[in-house]
Amino acid sequence: MDIKDIIKPENLVYDKSKLQIDTIMHYCPGCTHGVVHKILAEVIDEMGIQERTIGVSPVGCAVFAYNYIDIDWQQAAHGRAPAVATGIARTNPDKIVFTYQGDGDLASIGAAEILHACNRGENMVVIFINNAIYGMTGGQMAPTTLLGQRTSTSPGGRNVELNGHPLKITEMIAMLPGVHYVTRQSAHTASTVRKCKKAIRKAFENVMAKKGTSFIEVVSTCNSGWKMTPVGANTWMEENMFPVYVPGELKDNDKQVPSEKN
Amino acid sequence: MAKVRGAVVVEKEGCKGCSLCVEACPQGVLALNKEVNSRGYHYSYMKNPDDCIGCSNCGMVCPDTCITIYRVKI
Repeated sequence: MDIKDIIKPENLVYDKSKLQIDTIMHYCPGCTHGVVHKILAEVIDEMGIQERTIGVSPVGCAVFAYNYIDIDWQQAAHGRAPAVATGIARTNPDKIVFTYQGDGDLASIGAAEILHACNRGENMVVIFINNAIYGMTGGQMAPTTLLGQRTSTSPGGRNVELNGHPLKITEMIAMLPGVHYVTRQSAHTASTVRKCKKAIRKAFENVMAKKGTSFIEVVSTCNSGWKMTPVGANTWMEENMFPVYVPGELKDNDKQVPSEKN
Repeated sequence: MAKVRGAVVVEKEGCKGCSLCVEACPQGVLALNKEVNSRGYHYSYMKNPDDCIGCSNCGMVCPDTCITIYRVKI
């Protein structure tokens, strides 16, 4: 069979979501942001909530997220996306609000905002891209940087006496009673991308049912910041990030028996 | 002979040559081209088009969403 006979509209099995704008993304080759943007666009498209969804983009590489997905966006000050999303969600209860933040934004300068927004149980989705580095500004050490990891501000590796331990903010958030659903995913292979998409869809369904905050951490790579190839960065993430940031479900109030609910 | 045939179309100008699709392909169909696109990246292409089964793993992992996949049963 000739290739031309296979490439026909009736045989189409996978295509770019129509919510994704035809702009070439500014991200580096192999960046996990692109995969998560794609999953987000697919989920919003499949659920048919394009008109009702408002995203809050952070400061960081994903600051230009509004250029790539055709929904309403608001750009927030550094770390303040949960506070902005709180205002949007409270004044527009019929809208579906999500924030999209990196680890420098969420776990460092915005740690107070995210903890209190989650503790209040604001009705929103939080997508947390954890690549253990400040990617946009040149690969500096972040709160989530692993012990011994080399960055431009820790050239000898992160030292526990000088810099402290990596911050497991997702575990902290899972302890808060206001949060409904907390999970940690990755998006580096086809199977993990499918799992991550399922988790994001579940989070959006929780918000539609007004169940409270749903928090999704995506363990990601920053091959430019880590000074690796995209494929090498994925392998390094599996070997070094996963033992510290273990993928899996941390909290799901749907699965708990009523007496155990917070 | 395979019962399922697939085909992959890579949007040449959108590809950044990260080679994640090459790694994800279980059939070894994709490879990076020796030639470059207008932005200087070695874009991905179907090196062994006869082996493609249209599993869409490459499309799933592509960060730049530049892969379209077709599949047909024979």
